[in-house]
Amino acid sequence: MPILKTENLSITFGGLKAVSDFSVEIEKNRIYGLIGPNGAGKTTVFNMLTGVYKPTAGRFYLDGEDLTGKSPIYINRKGVARTFQNIRLFGKMTVLENVLVGLHAMNKCDPFSSILRLPRYWRTERELKNKAHALLDVFGLDGEAEHISSNLPYGKQRKLEIARALATNPKLLLLDEPAAGMNPHETGELMETIRLIRDGFDMTILLIEHDLKLVSGICEEVTVLNFGTTLAQGKVEDVLRDPAVVTAYLGE
Amino acid sequence: MAFISSVKRTLKKVKWKRYTSYIVVGAWFAVLLLLDLFGGLNDTGSRLMMLAAVYAVLAVSLNLVVGVLGELSLGHAGFMAAGGYIGAIVSKALAPSLPVAAYFPVSMIAGGLAAAAFGILIGVPVLRLKGDYIAIVTLAFSMIVFTVAQNLDFTGGASGLKEIPAETNYINAFVVLIIVLVVIQNFTRSKHGRAIMSIRDNEIAARACGVNITYYKLFAFTLAAFLAGVGGCLYAHTATVLRPESVDYNTSIELLVMVVLGGMGSMTGSVIAAAVLTLLPEYLRFLQDYRMIIYAVVLILIMVINNNETLRRYKDRFFAWCKRALAAAWAKCKTALKGKKKAPAPAAETRETLQAPAEFTEVDETALDERERKGEK
Repeated sequence: MPILKTENLSITFGGLKAVSDFSVEIEKNRIYGLIGPNGAGKTTVFNMLTGVYKPTAGRFYLDGEDLTGKSPIYINRKGVARTFQNIRLFGKMTVLENVLVGLHAMNKCDPFSSILRLPRYWRTERELKNKAHALLDVFGLDGEAEHISSNLPYGKQRKLEIARALATNPKLLLLDEPAAGMNPHETGELMETIRLIRDGFDMTILLIEHDLKLVSGICEEVTVLNFGTTLAQGKVEDVLRDPAVVTAYLGE
Repeated sequence: MAFISSVKRTLKKVKWKRYTSYIVVGAWFAVLLLLDLFGGLNDTGSRLMMLAAVYAVLAVSLNLVVGVLGELSLGHAGFMAAGGYIGAIVSKALAPSLPVAAYFPVSMIAGGLAAAAFGILIGVPVLRLKGDYIAIVTLAFSMIVFTVAQNLDFTGGASGLKEIPAETNYINAFVVLIIVLVVIQNFTRSKHGRAIMSIRDNEIAARACGVNITYYKLFAFTLAAFLAGVGGCLYAHTATVLRPESVDYNTSIELLVMVVLGGMGSMTGSVIAAAVLTLLPEYLRFLQDYRMIIYAVVLILIMVINNNETLRRYKDRFFAWCKRALAAAWAKCKTALKGKKKAPAPAAETRETLQAPAEFTEVDETALDERERKGEK
């Protein structure tokens, strides 16, 4: 059974068809690419899959469960986590606190235990801090755990955002242009990291990317969107050679 | 010696920054106690200190909304009024039959709960709004409370609620202040506080992390209202007459000034700012007519210095310099004392003199660099 299955997912804003009939099936443990020119509706697909937008037609299933039209919190608890195209960290909080917010749902401590500092508070806090440190360690950020997150260099901010998304314990990880603004060296590092996440966390990854080198380097399958419609779908090598795709990217 | 060094080691491990607010309030309280013991605290002085502590409670509770949750509330005095009136009425009813130690906490909790009820009532519709709208609606709320209090019989109308038992003294005011600080800081340094700060920093990302936005906004707002109610009750028992004018929107603005002056989200700052802004106008009385002008000028100067990058850098540099000078002086004292005590140990001595200042300057300089980097950004 595929981890993520969408059936004719569509959304219109006023009269504009932002995405129409988006259908994919992503098997477990795959790295799946979603590419297309600017304004093709890629981020809109992410917003539908995380519950930020309600699709006007179509359904999507995570691990067989219908999550269409559910709230972002519910969808997140069921196992969809994402990063953002323009980094959205909790800028005034420390690196560690950012990851701890990701672990929020796992923390079963009630307000009274926190205010009175009951044993329950210390226990959950210790457990989750260990978890957060372990996660930061994977991304080589543990040394900066106490730094304010907005003071981190750009590449590390991207990594922290991924770490925070992984902290919510997802089944499916959505990465929105993870390589945006990175130099070729950093992109290479990022490709390693993404592979490492897939193998180490047993994760399924759907990513939006403009850097075709990255896409052809790590994705097994891709879908190409153009003006909200699916232009091509399938194995990376085939799709990138598709004349329609080449036209969409480079013009006639 | 082993014991002392182990104590020293544990003291070094403690994150002192977390406890600055308790230390500041504790030191302030200790000074007052000492003054009182040696008869240096007259009635006016102790009343002023009570007022300062009451305003510190209110400012700290407002800081939970403005600094931690990041929403502008201009109606905090409304919650203070609710707590003040209900608390005063409860104590007037219970005072003849119960001892102070029994009814005073009861009336404070009753005042807090009444304010919290208003907090939920206002919070449910208001927190769905964004930014400026919240400020306007909370302002309207405090004006409604003001008008209602002016016109109802059981609040005493425009002349105010009279003969409230004068049970606040500087001791219980400070105890309440410490309790409020503990509640707020324990709350903000937990899962719940982190969730609230994440909403402040980025609502969309917070939602994507599974944080229930409405619940946490309402929780923070209600808790702040509860604590403001407690503060209001304390105020009523300080003033003994609760007039609507003393809980109108001017008070809300004053509280907001304290929070902004002390620094958003900094509880220590709020306490200090509340103390300074309550005491300053009183101790400037000798300036007579120029009093409020000086007060305003000082206020403007502090705001400007705190918000101007260049000036702030000079201020930080000045503090760093003070710290270094103090550290150097301390190291000199240490060596002087050591030299007297055990003269035949020059090797250890020189190591001490070299080490202590180096350590201090190192810490200072990194702190300075970090601030400068922040400043330049």
